[in-house]
Amino acid sequence: MGRYVARRLLQMIPVFLGTTLLIFLMVYTLPGDPVRGLFGDKGADPATLAAMRHQLGLDQPILQQYWNYMSGIVLHGDFGDQIASGRPVTDVLGDAFPVTFRLAGMAFVIEIVIGIGLGMIAGLRAGRLTDNVILVFTLLIISIPVFVLGFIVKTVFAFQLGWIDPNVSSDAKWGELLAPAIVLGSLSLAYVARLTRTTMAENLRSDYMRTAIAKGLPKRRIVGVHLMRNSLIPVITFLGTDLGALMGGAVVTEGLFNVKGVGGTIYESIVKREGTTLVGLVTILVLVYLLMSLIVDLLYAVLDPRIRYA
Amino acid sequence: MRGAKSAKWVAGAAIIALAATACGDGDDNADKGGAKGAVNADGIFSVEVGEPQNPLQPANTMESNGSIVTDAIFSQLVDYDPSGKLEMINAESVDTKDSKLWTIKLKKDWKFHDGTPVTAESYVKAWNWAANIKNAQTNASWFADIKGFADVHPEDPKAKPKADAMSGLKIVDDSTFTVELNNPLPYFSYKLGYTVFSPLPESFYADPKAAGQKPVGNGAYKFVSWDHKKQIKVVRNDDYKGADKAKNGGVIFKNYTTLETAYEDLKSGNVDVLRQIAPKDLPVYRSDLGDRAVDKPYSAIQTLGVAMYTKQWKNTDPKVLQGLSMAIDRDTITKTVLQGTREPATGWVAQGVLGYQPNVAGDVTKYNPTKAKALIKEGGGVPGNKIYIQFNADGGHKEWVEAVCNSITQATGVACAGDSKADFQADLNARDAKQVKSFYRGAWVLDYPVNANFISDLFRTGAAGNNGFFSNKDLDKKIKAADSAATLDESVKGYQEIEKELVKYMPTIPLWYYKVNAGYSEKVQNVQYAQDGDPILTQVQVKK
Repeated sequence: MGRYVARRLLQMIPVFLGTTLLIFLMVYTLPGDPVRGLFGDKGADPATLAAMRHQLGLDQPILQQYWNYMSGIVLHGDFGDQIASGRPVTDVLGDAFPVTFRLAGMAFVIEIVIGIGLGMIAGLRAGRLTDNVILVFTLLIISIPVFVLGFIVKTVFAFQLGWIDPNVSSDAKWGELLAPAIVLGSLSLAYVARLTRTTMAENLRSDYMRTAIAKGLPKRRIVGVHLMRNSLIPVITFLGTDLGALMGGAVVTEGLFNVKGVGGTIYESIVKREGTTLVGLVTILVLVYLLMSLIVDLLYAVLDPRIRYA
Repeated sequence: MRGAKSAKWVAGAAIIALAATACGDGDDNADKGGAKGAVNADGIFSVEVGEPQNPLQPANTMESNGSIVTDAIFSQLVDYDPSGKLEMINAESVDTKDSKLWTIKLKKDWKFHDGTPVTAESYVKAWNWAANIKNAQTNASWFADIKGFADVHPEDPKAKPKADAMSGLKIVDDSTFTVELNNPLPYFSYKLGYTVFSPLPESFYADPKAAGQKPVGNGAYKFVSWDHKKQIKVVRNDDYKGADKAKNGGVIFKNYTTLETAYEDLKSGNVDVLRQIAPKDLPVYRSDLGDRAVDKPYSAIQTLGVAMYTKQWKNTDPKVLQGLSMAIDRDTITKTVLQGTREPATGWVAQGVLGYQPNVAGDVTKYNPTKAKALIKEGGGVPGNKIYIQFNADGGHKEWVEAVCNSITQATGVACAGDSKADFQADLNARDAKQVKSFYRGAWVLDYPVNANFISDLFRTGAAGNNGFFSNKDLDKKIKAADSAATLDESVKGYQEIEKELVKYMPTIPLWYYKVNAGYSEKVQNVQYAQDGDPILTQVQVKK
């Protein structure tokens, strides 16, 4: 087990280098210059442009820039400065991540509780009316784009009923994040529900279930331990990668509800050609992904001893 | 980049510029609805902004999200009164005999927010610092008029500065300094109202980077805090000696990523003053806000820039451009596609600027398909018979570009297509690299309210704003002559003559002037907008 974890952690290094280099190169190939962009319609004088580029190290070859940047991160934990604002990227990340962690965390909890809950109900009553209602409901959610859903939530609950504020304030309190979290989590929620339902319905018919019932175990134990434990493996796999997706994919939701998180910062960094900020963000997202898939793999072992690695 | 501004100048300019719907004169006596409620002189209100692009260093702040904040924190030497005449703010006097050597006397007893006095040195040192290439300030080129600028800011990007200070700046005593220019420039004193000419306290130089995060100024508001991407807070400076003292307790600049969310917050009372309404809400904002809806012109113009270096325009008769200009139905497009947010342009200098002349372009900006066709034919036709209009897709320009194209094609039969660039950065890139196919979307907001700003900075050979690389020796000569005129009046007149002549060259095709379409909450009153389109913060009153 220990060796397995170590190997997984070592695998992170090439993935980490590969993704950051890719992002670096991609931003570099986009047309448009972050420094020139600061001047807008008014035009820039070449000397100032060159001086600014030089100060930021943008006049060096791209691989040299990449090397400087990566050695900064690895050796000093320094993510560089933002081109426009001159703020350290670590500050920018420090502002953006806590908010998004909270938003993604809430969406995640909603997704687990409601998703698995609905899935269980549907799975246990496969083929009956409740099951069909839940299937139609999840289909509906899957087919509505996030921005439409967000817009509907805002229109109904903020403008017509007046229950919530239309936008999240700069403090991003828990209560304010509820609406965007529901919107953000809804799509995955539908997938989780369907996934749970299918595996449960399948496992209900399996031999060990029949044995468990034949043994006369109480229903709570049959469902809670025997059925759930085996049915959750694919769901956990999905949830693991989904947390990363929730954090990175919050661009639309965050924009819609004016949440100052990772999604908006990613979008902004692309538009402003802020390579360093973007790489910093993505680096952390990559780490989240890697960590989550590690946790998922470890959870497998807990759920099903047969999958345990040597 | 936003220009110099002043409460008084602006309100007055609004009258000159006609439309002044209800904004009366900006002074104490006339605020509409002023009698409605008692005013809380210490009340704090909030304004919608985006996150400033740069640190809040006056010489580094070019875009509007930052300049609205630096303008609140820093006061300059001068401002403008309603008739466009200079008004002294931090300066006691700005004198010159030959427009070349300027003597500036400061008012006594002015202090920075940290308590240190504002002296001649505060200005001279700040300007030298900002102009120095080593400090790479985006607005450094504003000091190019001053003698010795080339020594601290060599043109060749690789050259090292020869000196640390400009030889043209001399401190006479604590409250007097002189500025010697390379050439006479009658409207130099007008430029002094721009943020870049702000003084800086001694503490700035210890750590300029930190000072950009926590600016100490000499203006009507004191900086309190900057919570990045959330808000910037400033409070009234009670020791402020200037005439434009704040009528409220302070301002919170609230950060919004989209105009739509800001408008929703305005309706639910979470933000007090907007600078612009999102296109989506334009059709309803007047009925939503009633008399709190704002709709007035400001000094900015949108044009079709002509890529003069292309095969298409290099040797083409300007008559063709005149013809194309006449094929654009500005009235209909501004009313329908742009929903009344713009006003058809009739010249190259925007309204509310010293030397603005209505209808200077004559027939060229009037829609006339028959004449348009005739002119294009006379000029030898459009090479290739197809034109492109380059624009950035992230700025909401697609709709009007299509409308302009349709109008041109319908009127003249010249094929026309939009040439969309993914975003503003890519758009600028193509302009700098001389890759524009025929036209590009251009825009200009005033820096200082003199017509030279709309001509010299755009059409002079080599000017930074001359993205179309227009060049005409005759015009350059006339610009030089106007710049070296003996008095401001003569200079303005000189530029008026030049503007009249632009019809012959058509360096750009004027489209329309911008308007402020904004609104404010029930919590505030006396909200007016300056000629640069920003709300005049010091005049806003918070209701009890």
